[in-house]
Amino acid sequence: MSKYLAKIGLEMHCEISETNTKVFSSARNDYSSTPNCNIRAIDMAFPGILPVVNKEAVKMALKTSMVLNCSQPEFMYFERKNYYYPDLPKGYQLTQETKPIPVGIYGEVKYECNGEEKTLRVNNLHLEEDAASSNHLYDTTSIDYNRAGVPLLELVTEPDLHSADEAVAFLEHMRMIYQYLDISEADTKKGQVRCDVNVSIMDPELDENDPNNWGTKVEIKNVNSFGGVRDAINFEIKRQTKAKENGTYDTDVIQETRRWDEETMSTIHMRSKVDAVDYKYFVEPNIPKYKISKEWIEEIRKEIPMLAYDRKKKYMNEYGLSEYDSDILVKEKANSDYFEKVVALGTDPKSAANWVNGMILSYLNYNEISIKDFYMSPEMLKELIDLIDSKTISSKQGKDVFYKVIEDKKTPKKVVEDEGMMQITDENAIMNIIDEVIEENPKQVDQYDPQNPKLLDYFVGQIMKKTKGKANPSSARSMMKEKLDSLK
Amino acid sequence: MKYMNKSIEELHELLKEGKVTSQELIEESLKLSHEVQEKCNAFVTILDDAKEVPITDNLLSGIPFGVKDNYSTKGVLSTGSSNTLKDYVPFFDATAYSKLKEAGAVMVNKTVMDEFGMGGTGTTGHTGVVKNPWNTQRMCAGSSAGSAAAVAAGVYPYATGSDTGDSIRKPAAYCGIVGYKPTYGMISRYGLFPFASSLDHLGVLTRNVKDAAIVVDNMKGIDKNDMTSWDSSNIHLADSLNGDVKGKKLCYIKEICDINNYKNPSEELKLHLENFMKTIDKCKELGIEVEEVSVDQTLLNASPAVYVVISCAEATSNMSNLTGIIFGPRADGDNWIDMVKKYRTEGFSPLIKRRFVIGSYVLQSQNQERYFRNAQRVRRLLVDKWKELFKKYDGVILPVGSGPAKHLDNDKNMLSNDTDVLEEHLQIGNYGGFPSITIPNGFIDNLPVGVNITGNCYDDANVLNIAYALESAMPYKNQIAGGEKDE
Repeated sequence: MSKYLAKIGLEMHCEISETNTKVFSSARNDYSSTPNCNIRAIDMAFPGILPVVNKEAVKMALKTSMVLNCSQPEFMYFERKNYYYPDLPKGYQLTQETKPIPVGIYGEVKYECNGEEKTLRVNNLHLEEDAASSNHLYDTTSIDYNRAGVPLLELVTEPDLHSADEAVAFLEHMRMIYQYLDISEADTKKGQVRCDVNVSIMDPELDENDPNNWGTKVEIKNVNSFGGVRDAINFEIKRQTKAKENGTYDTDVIQETRRWDEETMSTIHMRSKVDAVDYKYFVEPNIPKYKISKEWIEEIRKEIPMLAYDRKKKYMNEYGLSEYDSDILVKEKANSDYFEKVVALGTDPKSAANWVNGMILSYLNYNEISIKDFYMSPEMLKELIDLIDSKTISSKQGKDVFYKVIEDKKTPKKVVEDEGMMQITDENAIMNIIDEVIEENPKQVDQYDPQNPKLLDYFVGQIMKKTKGKANPSSARSMMKEKLDSLK
Repeated sequence: MKYMNKSIEELHELLKEGKVTSQELIEESLKLSHEVQEKCNAFVTILDDAKEVPITDNLLSGIPFGVKDNYSTKGVLSTGSSNTLKDYVPFFDATAYSKLKEAGAVMVNKTVMDEFGMGGTGTTGHTGVVKNPWNTQRMCAGSSAGSAAAVAAGVYPYATGSDTGDSIRKPAAYCGIVGYKPTYGMISRYGLFPFASSLDHLGVLTRNVKDAAIVVDNMKGIDKNDMTSWDSSNIHLADSLNGDVKGKKLCYIKEICDINNYKNPSEELKLHLENFMKTIDKCKELGIEVEEVSVDQTLLNASPAVYVVISCAEATSNMSNLTGIIFGPRADGDNWIDMVKKYRTEGFSPLIKRRFVIGSYVLQSQNQERYFRNAQRVRRLLVDKWKELFKKYDGVILPVGSGPAKHLDNDKNMLSNDTDVLEEHLQIGNYGGFPSITIPNGFIDNLPVGVNITGNCYDDANVLNIAYALESAMPYKNQIAGGEKDE
């Protein structure tokens, strides 16, 4: 597309949704559609309030820092970022700047974009509090303080991304990390992920590692969906490229902050660098500096599970699953965990993957439930697969058993027993039935031609009818054929 | 006055023996509150409906007391003496106040202060000037002006205060009473309207050292709502007062106490420093070793500027919550910016606005290194110097202010600059979070003056015990303004 090289950096804000309480407040951290129900005095900044750090949120932040291969600080500090806005009742936001060191600094992440492995450098990761949410109505604005004080992780990358595809792939990668670490649902629909994007373009012939060769950086604030990120980046690359081509780059592309406007699908000027707000950062005096012990760091490190990116590799390389199946399995950690449990019980990974990605996922999607609320345990699935493998039931019966298990809340074995679904595998029993069928259908026996055994289907159907589907179909077929052939 | 001139222990005994009821004490205290209000304008609110409580073994139970108006008190107007909160009734209690309430103490009034504690005169509260009960032409100093005036006038045995630079310890001196701020974090700051968080302390004003110990024993304790609070359950202040001070060591600072260090000293200053040296003699008579030490004059001179920079910086941020949107009298305006501007412009006194401008200036990114961070560095140097002294001495003893209470009509700037350090050295107790207590040590022109002892962090019991012994060796313990002087 463009003959210029785009350099893109992201600031990804992700709310931590999995703590019980907010980051400096004892109010519940709970996404709720009822406004202003999760509030303490601190969230509305009544006089005399003090922040109390949520250790669980710090732990989650440190965990993320480790996954991003950042360095962790020796001491934990928070700083005040001072500005007035109606969604910020205290008049300052508790956050972390780069001095003193935030929860993570200078890391590196590997992610995949269109099947290619890429590396992105992380400048820093910091823990902060979210502001309240404002709802701009026709002539008034309503404020919901439920969100005020919700823990927020801000990830700042180096400008190592070169396209909208890479940016979105990285965001998806991060979303999976947050989900896998049980830190956040990272749901953009709930406003849990919000991005600032910065974009510049440069001559691809020049060395991109030398910042002197970079173009003018434009920042786009508050892009609240991954689609928006893609569109905003593409729009901005196009705008900047056009300016280069028209020879108006120096006047049209200035160091500024723009915003993404969903309606016009364009970026719009907000403020230029000279108007930049001075946030007057200083260390929050109400939070004593907190020593992060090596023991704690190691304890946290041990809790990090295998992440999606590595699980996918394992499924493909060790289990021989297709990339397609592996991608579906790792998309949700809970599904992947379920799958791994089934495999750990001794089930063949391919059968397990077929069941999870097939019957189970479609059942979950159809009923809009999570695998965590799914009745059939990994042990039951293993039992079901074993029943089919041992030919106790046919795979078609397997599907009926699957639904019966969920419906009747019984184990697969119990369902098979209660429904009398055991297949007839006893050859004598099948032979008796074959004799009956032949007896009852002399006309069809006459018409049967071994060279053109179209009628065989009819006979097998009769057997199934008599056994109510319990005869093993392949045994029934081969025995019937043998019998008919012998009569000719 | 029958009872309110007595100490906490005396009152407790009377209550226990049934010689007086809590209701009688409350009624007397309320009556006195109205008289002192008339005379000194010490109160924002007088709680005429204060109710008696059952008498328990807690020394404070059933006894009336006053609360500075920057303590959040549930259901009771709490203004911080500011128009910006003139109608604010909190829905939660400050931890320190709720602890006193649990002890059975009965709040009878909320006391006037300099607006949000940002002043040292007691003249900037939204309800007007607080006058000194010893002489109503004089100020009480601030910011805990109403608390100091009321305790000195004998309204009750104690009132709570807060201290960011000297806001408990200076008014105590000007009003001839005891003012004690314990080590930073010993009393939770939750529910105290913040001025400068790293310097803010809670404390108490009383008429004797033991009362101060008893009250703080009841206010202190670790609080899950204040991360800077610490567990002091093994510290029992009142119980550790034994008056045994033989072999204790104090020092005073030559650069502050030597009259030759001041050009054209006023008569008052001469008397004040002479009186201070008499107190030093008293210490020696008690068996305390007292030595003169020297501290770099340049470092001492930097202290007032350090205070202005740090306190204004923190204050400007701490008070950004005052917008009139969520609480406070909301101002009219076409948009939120105009509403906030109008509320703050009309609500704050000029003095405070000046401090906000200074605070913003020193925090701006281009100024922060030169002012704010340098101030923090000098703060550290001063604290290190004091900690060095505490290795050798149990405390630093110094005169409070440059003399007795100033005239109200010329509080502006009659001080010659070279007494700045004398006026402001108590701030060092806030820089280090040191326990620090002022007790009365004499009279000049029939006005009380005070002396201060400051010790190392967590060494509160030792500091109080020295003050307790010294107080007993002087005739100013339990004195009441307008009462009989025993000189």
